[in-house]
Amino acid sequence: MSGAVERVGAADPYRIGHGTGYQEHTVEHAERGLAAKRIIVGFGFWIFLLSDIVMFSAFFAAFAVLANRTAGGPTGRQLFDLTNVAIETACLLFSSFTCGIASIGARAHNPRMYYGGMAVTFVFGAIFLFLEMHEFAGLVAQGAGPERSAFLSAFFTVVGCHGLHVSLGLLWLLTMVAQVFAKGFRPDILRRVLCFSLFWHALDIIWVALFTIVYLMGAGA
Amino acid sequence: MMGKLTWSAIPFDQPIPLVAGAIVMVVILAVLVWIVLKGYLPYLWREWITSVDHKRIGVMYCVLALVMLIRGFTDAIMMRSQQALAYKSQGYLPPDHFNQIFSAHGTLMIFFVAMPFVIGLMNFAMPLQLGIRDVAFPTLNSVSLWLTATGALLINISLVVGEFSKTGWLAYPPLSEITYSPGVGVDYYLWSLQISGIGTLLSGVNLTTTVLKLHAPGMTYLRMPIFCWTTLASNLLIVAAFPILTATYAMLLLDRYLGFHFFTNTGGGNMMMFMNLIWAWGHPEVYILVLPAFGIYSEVVSTFSRKPLFGYRSMVLATMAICVISFMVWLHHFFTMGAGGDVNAVFGIASTIIAVPTGVKIFNWLFTMYGGRVSFSVPMMWSVAFMITFVVGGVTGVLLAVPPADFIVHNSLFLVAHFHNVIIGGVLFGVFAGYIYWFPKAFGFRLDERWGRIAFWLWVVGFYVAWMPGYVLGLEGMTRRLQHYVVPEWRPWLILAEFGTLMILGGIVAQIVQIFVSIRDREALRDVTGDPWNGRSLEWSTASPPPPFNFGVLPNITGEEPYWGIKQRAIESGQLRPEPEYEAIELPRNSPTGFICAFFATFAGFALIWHIWWLVILACFGAFCTFVVFAWRDRTEYLVPVEEVARLDRANRAARAAWLAANATGSSPQAAE
Repeated sequence: MSGAVERVGAADPYRIGHGTGYQEHTVEHAERGLAAKRIIVGFGFWIFLLSDIVMFSAFFAAFAVLANRTAGGPTGRQLFDLTNVAIETACLLFSSFTCGIASIGARAHNPRMYYGGMAVTFVFGAIFLFLEMHEFAGLVAQGAGPERSAFLSAFFTVVGCHGLHVSLGLLWLLTMVAQVFAKGFRPDILRRVLCFSLFWHALDIIWVALFTIVYLMGAGA
Repeated sequence: MMGKLTWSAIPFDQPIPLVAGAIVMVVILAVLVWIVLKGYLPYLWREWITSVDHKRIGVMYCVLALVMLIRGFTDAIMMRSQQALAYKSQGYLPPDHFNQIFSAHGTLMIFFVAMPFVIGLMNFAMPLQLGIRDVAFPTLNSVSLWLTATGALLINISLVVGEFSKTGWLAYPPLSEITYSPGVGVDYYLWSLQISGIGTLLSGVNLTTTVLKLHAPGMTYLRMPIFCWTTLASNLLIVAAFPILTATYAMLLLDRYLGFHFFTNTGGGNMMMFMNLIWAWGHPEVYILVLPAFGIYSEVVSTFSRKPLFGYRSMVLATMAICVISFMVWLHHFFTMGAGGDVNAVFGIASTIIAVPTGVKIFNWLFTMYGGRVSFSVPMMWSVAFMITFVVGGVTGVLLAVPPADFIVHNSLFLVAHFHNVIIGGVLFGVFAGYIYWFPKAFGFRLDERWGRIAFWLWVVGFYVAWMPGYVLGLEGMTRRLQHYVVPEWRPWLILAEFGTLMILGGIVAQIVQIFVSIRDREALRDVTGDPWNGRSLEWSTASPPPPFNFGVLPNITGEEPYWGIKQRAIESGQLRPEPEYEAIELPRNSPTGFICAFFATFAGFALIWHIWWLVILACFGAFCTFVVFAWRDRTEYLVPVEEVARLDRANRAARAAWLAANATGSSPQAAE
């Protein structure tokens, strides 16, 4: 420690680059304490979702680069069944709506609304997943699996990565239902329900991009 | 049952890795036996392995980095010796082994030395500087740490079970595709980095949230120490860049495991897409590493110059400018790809522009020293050495940013010398400065000064002797990663470089000796007041080592350099602030979640590498169950009773009051000018 008594900032009389507030005894913001846990958890989970979206953007970039590299194999125009995709989209968007209902129910501590909303969300998520697997199985059966061409590799990866997220989301959904069933609407569990609903809505955002860039543009190309 | 794993995976015919692996295993076993016999195991489990305290986690990250530094340096000295010997001969390392060594060296040094070291220091110091009790998500922090350790463990397992990647530290396809690298080496590389990458990403999310959302009352953004700003910038880069790495490696894994065609040269694959994607992560990565180091230099230079940092706000601006521009320069890693003159020009100009905010920082440090009362403690010596070394590295970087010049020295030792110059001279010197600077805060005693100086001189001189020849060799046309060579002009420089590497070895030995000497003399080196360097930011206002809750009461911040203000007011008035009202403090309970999760991740990674599918499923199920058990906990926090808070904080106040009394009478024992 210093032996000499030094005045604050005395060694740098110009205080360049320090603004005007350097060591002034103001108390602005001083009253404000730490942010609430719910805010911190939600904020942190948003940052995680952003990173997830960055990961998807890398897969999208790869798809954009490889979209025309069909290596003599089938193109998107020949393969995509837009009716099936439209039904998938409807399922996912509707499940997002019911997920919203469930999170309102959780916040209102209304078990019927929460379990009902989660159950419908699960059913429509599962239908979405079934339709997607059905589409994938059909493609593989007609010799248009991911090994066929770079285009199909990119297609299966970007769509499959979303499907993997939906599957993990369903697992998470069941865990959240079990948690509320076992522990009730505890604050920490409500925070997890908040994160789950953010996750489920983010999957919608990614699906909208998938639907547009992969299916619509692919079928139109 | 065991996938591809058979007894032939253990290289009984190669003595070097086998003997090395055996020695490492004997050492680990000896340490374990010592721990168990001494009865330290319960203590380690309770206080460290299951700890969710950011300070403990930070220290464990740094320990991991130091251990891996020794492993990575062993690779380095083997390569330098091989090149010193292999003039018109095969040297002592067969090509197959040499390729594994340079791949392992790069991978270890970047992912398991530099990364854990900076993440450890950020974890340790940032919450203390912000005046808070912990990071935003303490248990997640522990998960991050142990997943990083899993990655390091898998790479080291590859030493004795199977082989490591032979494709360089970034595993460029098509060489890294299954056609050309059918062994498990690339799989070891990919899975260990995928697993530790998840850990790093979670750290990034955690620390970003912490800096943006958790502050002591009154700690506004423009009152945060620069280290917190660089932590923020670095973690924003982690959040934005690491997912790209995960996606890219996932594509390469799909190519290798399921016959996809992302980067293959058949089926329409595009291997240059790998270069673009990997460097879209890779260039931000170097700033992820160096920005926290810049933060450390800022703290150290200001403290040891006894001045507020010159141009604080320009430093903030320069940090955030680097954070943004670092995403716009990646193509300079492959100007020779043939993207065309216009594209190369854009990225060349962007790469020269990023030198501007870096230059701003250098001048700010210099002007902080100007007119200050500079004391050359060991952290300050590392900082000054950095300023000189980093300018050399930066200037050669600007040279490489000019595409025509880059065409001449691309992939030569000139490039290798350049990035060793910035990563050793920028990142490593910085973490060494931070390690010595914050060591007394972590353990309550300083590191021995004399051995610190010896290590410093051996390292710095050794670095110059080892790497300045690289520039010459690059200009003489020597390409990187040569197992042997026939050009007589190169030989003296390579022998000189070997000599420099031996000096660095001396530096590392001195650092190890320093630790032992410091522990032996810890009573003499004791940091009684908690403020050994006459510090300016909040970490120096609490005891060394800090109590689990960091601060008895959260400090109320009224300006920049809050602790300096508090200290000066105490000196002026001759007394401490009045004793605050203590309250009981809630802290997160320890949890083995991170450790158990990493335990399963290790098995999952190993099983994925060797195609043992039942074990993959079992391990993933285990990890999921671990999280469910964690989520089922009813008590997540424990209460530190108010008497305990008061006792610990009063001890801290008493030490400072004693110092103040001694100082007022002019007989300060610690007035180290």
